[in-house]
Amino acid sequence: MEKPTQKQEQQEAKKGSGIVVPQRRMFLRYAGATALATSLLLTTTSCDDDDDGTMTPDPDTVDLGSGDTGILNYAYALEQLEAAFYTQVVAQSLGMFSQSEQQIMQDLKGHENIHRDFLKAALGSAAIPDLEVDFSSVNFNDKANILATAKTFEDLGVAAYNGAGQYLEDAGFLTLAGKIVSVEARHAAVIRDLISNGTFSDSADNKGLDPAMMPADVLQAAAPFIVTKISANNLPK
Amino acid sequence: MNIFNIIKEIEKFDPEVYDRLDSRRSAFKNLRSIGKKTALAAVPLALGSVFQKAYGQSNSMVLEVLNFALKLEYLERNFYTQGLAASGLITDSAARGAFEKIRSHEAAHVDLLISTIQSLNGTPISEPTFNFGKNFQDWNTNYQTFLTLAQAFEDTGVRAYKGQAGNLINNDTVLTVALQIHSVEARHAAHVRRMRGVKGWIEGAGANSNVPDGAQPVYAGEDNVMQGGVNVTTVGSGYSAAIATGAFDEPLTKEQVAQIVSLFE
Repeated sequence: MEKPTQKQEQQEAKKGSGIVVPQRRMFLRYAGATALATSLLLTTTSCDDDDDGTMTPDPDTVDLGSGDTGILNYAYALEQLEAAFYTQVVAQSLGMFSQSEQQIMQDLKGHENIHRDFLKAALGSAAIPDLEVDFSSVNFNDKANILATAKTFEDLGVAAYNGAGQYLEDAGFLTLAGKIVSVEARHAAVIRDLISNGTFSDSADNKGLDPAMMPADVLQAAAPFIVTKISANNLPK
Repeated sequence: MNIFNIIKEIEKFDPEVYDRLDSRRSAFKNLRSIGKKTALAAVPLALGSVFQKAYGQSNSMVLEVLNFALKLEYLERNFYTQGLAASGLITDSAARGAFEKIRSHEAAHVDLLISTIQSLNGTPISEPTFNFGKNFQDWNTNYQTFLTLAQAFEDTGVRAYKGQAGNLINNDTVLTVALQIHSVEARHAAHVRRMRGVKGWIEGAGANSNVPDGAQPVYAGEDNVMQGGVNVTTVGSGYSAAIATGAFDEPLTKEQVAQIVSLFE
């Protein structure tokens, strides 16, 4: 009895995804997504403020773009940062790590580089340019400092994907993001355990939930490591 | 601003907004009287529920996913609770600490899923009876068997949540919660894998996961290198199949997960 029901629902959902769904999502974006239940009526600002703002573009600023493309570019920016970091760790700091840790760093470098290159390929001509990174605050001769920076990046990556999933309109992209975020979470757990064994999931709150961060907050946290100015103004809200 | 202005604004994006709300007219009338009689702060909640009804995607699909997840969380909570209670099974203090932490997360997930299902006017399934010894008789006497099953459950959990993300795409709140659980399961998986001396990430179809043949369904399809129509070993130079498959976790369908769970029912 369960199966036909399930199939029916899937068919309905398929039908729905063409018509009803995008409208609702547009509405949500327009209304400010989660703001709906809390601040829509209480706010004194006009609804028009929630429209996609047309900011005067700064020629030096890289704009992530809008819609799913904007979210994928956002992910691409973060993967660029991680890939550059582990590439430098492997090039410069490998000798400080034990053999098994060296394998981990090599894997992290490989994973983040392939995430970066995959997203670049998926974005095609819509991909943002290469970002200029700044790791001058990282001491690549200090293992503890390297691990602490890796923890920052991995936890931030997990929170970023967790927070951005809701803005993706295409289920295929959502699944792809899901395929990447759990690997980032595995990285984060392993790095945390290397710093202090048993802390793999201490990121979670008392409901057993990992953080989900909004793009503006993530980019602010990443800003000290990125020279290129990034605009998230046109990302879905 | 009042709610009718909001509706008018919505109409610019959704010409059918009045039709959607029309069938909810009585609820809408209620809303007006609520607005007059009660504190302004109560209005957004009522408004949210009107829109939830008018725009919410098939609620039953979301509830089905949540109950599906709940079953897995019940299984994990039950497994760790029994494992921690089995005398002489988990003796190492670091290992006990890890499993107590994991168990507390799974218990929190059970509670959260139940309350979420109830808030959507659904009925949470009650806890099934699990039989971990059905195919793994020494599961609570042989620590290595226990560890292997823990790894299999965590990796299955990651893949199961991932497989349902698309079905939650129209409920932003539930989707985000599911993602927040999903990444915690991945953290558990990585730790348990490393307790067994294998890498924290899955390379190939279980090639690096050190599980017996019976557990292979847990890793079926993890050798996939095609992502979004692109063979990711070719997006740059020097990417091995191990890197390409380790960098992407693969989803499992409900049916695949049900097959795995049936080994313990």
